[in-house]
Amino acid sequence: MFDYDYYLRKSKMPLIWCPGCGDGIILKSLIRAIHKNGFTKDNVVMVSGIGCSSRLTGYVDFNTLHTTHGRAITFATGIKLAKPHLNVIVITGDGDATSIGGNHYIHAARRNIDLTVILFNNQIYGMTGGQVSPTTPSGKKATTAPYGSSENIFNISGLAIAAGAPFVARTTVANPVQVERYINLALQKKGFSVVEVMTPCPTTFGRRNKAGAGVDMLKWQKEHSVTIKSAEKMSPLELDESIVTGIFVDIEKPECRTEYQKVIDQFKS
Amino acid sequence: MNKNSNNVKILSGNEACAQAALAVGVRFFAGYPITPSSEIAEVLAGELPKNNGVFIQMEDELASIGAIIGASLTGVKAMTATSGPGFSLMQENIGYAIMAEIPCVIVNVMRGGPSTGLPTLPSQGDIMQARWGTHGDHQIIALAPFSVREVFDMTIRAFNLSEKYRTPVILLLDEIIGHVNEKVIFPADNEFEIINRPNPESKDNYLPYQETASDIPPMANFGSCYRYHVTGLAHDETGFPTNNAEKINQLLQRLERKIVKHTDDIVEVEEYLLNDAEIGIIAYGSAARSARHAVKLARNAGIKTGMLRLKTIWPFAEKQIRDFSDKVKLWIVPELNMGQIAHEVEWAVRGKVPVYKYNKVNGEPINPEEILNCIKDKINV
Ligand SMILES: Cc1ncc(C[n+]2csc(CCOP(=O)(O)OP(=O)(O)O)c2C)c(N)n1
Ligand code: SF4
Repeated sequence: MFDYDYYLRKSKMPLIWCPGCGDGIILKSLIRAIHKNGFTKDNVVMVSGIGCSSRLTGYVDFNTLHTTHGRAITFATGIKLAKPHLNVIVITGDGDATSIGGNHYIHAARRNIDLTVILFNNQIYGMTGGQVSPTTPSGKKATTAPYGSSENIFNISGLAIAAGAPFVARTTVANPVQVERYINLALQKKGFSVVEVMTPCPTTFGRRNKAGAGVDMLKWQKEHSVTIKSAEKMSPLELDESIVTGIFVDIEKPECRTEYQKVIDQFKS
Repeated sequence: MNKNSNNVKILSGNEACAQAALAVGVRFFAGYPITPSSEIAEVLAGELPKNNGVFIQMEDELASIGAIIGASLTGVKAMTATSGPGFSLMQENIGYAIMAEIPCVIVNVMRGGPSTGLPTLPSQGDIMQARWGTHGDHQIIALAPFSVREVFDMTIRAFNLSEKYRTPVILLLDEIIGHVNEKVIFPADNEFEIINRPNPESKDNYLPYQETASDIPPMANFGSCYRYHVTGLAHDETGFPTNNAEKINQLLQRLERKIVKHTDDIVEVEEYLLNDAEIGIIAYGSAARSARHAVKLARNAGIKTGMLRLKTIWPFAEKQIRDFSDKVKLWIVPELNMGQIAHEVEWAVRGKVPVYKYNKVNGEPINPEEILNCIKDKINV
């Protein structure tokens, strides 16, 4: 049996997450991936914003920083620039990273700073009770979109790809092995890496949109996940009803802190 | 930088700020360009990598303040510099630095507002934003230099206070102070004190927000084998969030106390010809330059005038003002705003003597003759 307890702050439990919430699956997968990478706990810094997902940092035995809404990537950037030897992981939600914090998200990707972003996409604002998010599919209901959202959504992975991130992958909590594997690869990547994990929020999204309980939503994820390859043959209409999973980008490119070190080294006699 | 003593240079206030930051050990700067502060970033962009430090231009001021807090948490002295509009954007995370007790210095080279206002013209309009810009009850330290040499000294002091009290410190320059060029004799590196944050003595039972006699808990560098949790939520001594009323109160009262009880250490004023003065002027920053000259003009005209110059804006020099209110017959408070400090002065004076405002918000500096005329007007000479 894998020893999760070694990485957890058991005294801080129970978790604030609801029964059926997908976030716990990501937590466990993340811990396994960190373990596989052989990072020491002292060398891991985990930075989160504000939201249900961002409360994760309170439960893990690393250097943990729970910041302000949308700003986790900025704090993480300061930490990585100041202490490049640390493994800096960002925990953030869809609202946190792409609504209030959208500018930081794309700029960190553009800059290519060595952060690993685990983006919990539940397509809703969980913490504040189910308001509409930039990822709430059009037509789906939220407390602030009682007649269904009239807007288009952000493709979160697509944003990171367009902004230049060297590692971008999407998966779902219905496939924890893949979550672990993608996080593992993201941690290894020297550069800005994003793992977008689709995670159900039965309490706010599920109930209002009649998607059922946590298990029903997991089942939906499983049934509607398609690989990048099969997605290529699908119509836009079919794609609207699917989750495209897989590794979209995995390339090497210069990382900003490494490049800056070259500037510093120039002045060392 | 200036390894040789008695280094003489002609520098602007903004340049002096950057040089002092290097001298006090700043090794991280994150900022977003804005007039009239950009020279601070420009100097540090060139100098920091030479000193094994890091400079980064972030995507906005929200990001800049986040980055400096993150860097500081790891034990590196960090700062940013901005002006009114950017200072507004930083407010939420200034509150975070207060709550999580993370040292950092925010330089605000004030320009006219509100909004985009007067990008290239002086103002002292952010006095109250510095005090109350972030939400919730809190204490803040803000300093206001009035010469290039004092910018140097106060930049060092800003860091010392920030490190000592584990709190963000605001350095309020204005467009005049930031851009004026003056000949400055810089102190040698051993001629000023450098204070660093209190570090914990041992890893055992480390409580990041411990109640201590000084009210300032020792701070472990993030990523240095102390694994702890930092949050902007109300937290207990362990650093983890709490809803316990007693613990919440304990934290908020300590944060208040750690500044208030050290007011005497933090507040600095300069008394200029005040001892026999009948007319007292209270001024700070660029307005104090004109006021100083006005004091001389008034004395030449036979009017016993003096100035109490506020070097520390927040906490407020209430005690000093109240003491001198027993000696002067009236106060005149010239400011490049609508009277932000004058209201505080009135409160400190508590009706003992009249307090007259002299304000300008049109982007022009206050000149000494205007203050002299105000003095004459008030005493009906
Ligand atoms: C500046 C600011 N605005 C608004 C909020 C309120 N707020 C807290 S969490 C949140 C949304 C969280 O949604 P998401 O990032 O998707 O995370 P989730 O809770 O769904 O995991 C909002 C709007 C806040 N804390 N700070
Ligand atoms: S509200 Fe939704 S996202 Fe938040 S803990 Fe509950 S199920 Fe999870």
